[in-house]
Amino acid sequence: MTIDWNHFTPWASLTGGLLIGLASALLLILNGRIAGISGIVGGLLRPQKGDVAWRAAFVAGVVIAPVLFSLAARLPPLQVDASYPTLIVAGLLVGIGTRYGSGCTSGHGVCGLSRRSPRSAVATVAFTLAGFVTVYVIRHSIG
Amino acid sequence: MKSASALLAGLLFGLGLTYSGMTNPSKVLGFLDLTGQWDPSLAFVMGGALLVGAIAFPFALQRSKSVLGNTISLATSTKIDRRLVIGGLTFGVGWGLAGFCPGPVLASFAFGGAKPALFGTAMLIGMAVFEVLERVKENTISKSGMDSHY
Repeated sequence: MTIDWNHFTPWASLTGGLLIGLASALLLILNGRIAGISGIVGGLLRPQKGDVAWRAAFVAGVVIAPVLFSLAARLPPLQVDASYPTLIVAGLLVGIGTRYGSGCTSGHGVCGLSRRSPRSAVATVAFTLAGFVTVYVIRHSIG
Repeated sequence: MKSASALLAGLLFGLGLTYSGMTNPSKVLGFLDLTGQWDPSLAFVMGGALLVGAIAFPFALQRSKSVLGNTISLATSTKIDRRLVIGGLTFGVGWGLAGFCPGPVLASFAFGGAKPALFGTAMLIGMAVFEVLERVKENTISKSGMDSHY
């Protein structure tokens, strides 16, 4: 392992993380809801009365945020290396996997670990490990 | 009011994702590439989020209702089962293939062009497939006379 100092952004990433934590805390304190993106989006695909508006509003906020950001500062780079077919396969796996496993980086990672849920700890280890292995296989084994 | 606060939380969440670098799949893959040129930034994103969460969540969970009067809605399952692990692993493979997870891809729609849109569409289809499979399973269970709640 060598550290990629050129791309390492500890302060911006820490600050962004604090904002994500603050947003998750606000949603829990004000709305009584867990800020798990896959759960919030997944719930829109199983719409229940009185449970749609807050989900749509939260998703709209996440989608619009970069537009507001761009008015105040330059957006950080966004580089997608994956090919179109890979993106389709990856998207399907992320969609099915997050719903089957009841959460993603935000629901299990941020919120679940914040409330010290053993289930979320197991899920977080599982998806992070699978991510490490997948990148290893693609970049260093078959790549 | 509940939608307004959810919108505010979503905006903050999206700003955090954008500023942190999480919306850049190339950077995410740099974090997942442990044995190559490793970019530890994402550990700082998680660290920052947990710093706030670990203080705020226990405090919030002491209340019986949220500030706006909702019941506090938490996952009730404590089972560490095959669904959880297989689901997590499946998600992780997809995450490692593209460098997108659900939050960042939403925050990439506005400026990312065709690729986040394609990934996002596939992700929604994956979620819809899950819903269909769950409904089939629920119907099968209730038809066989068992309790459909699990």
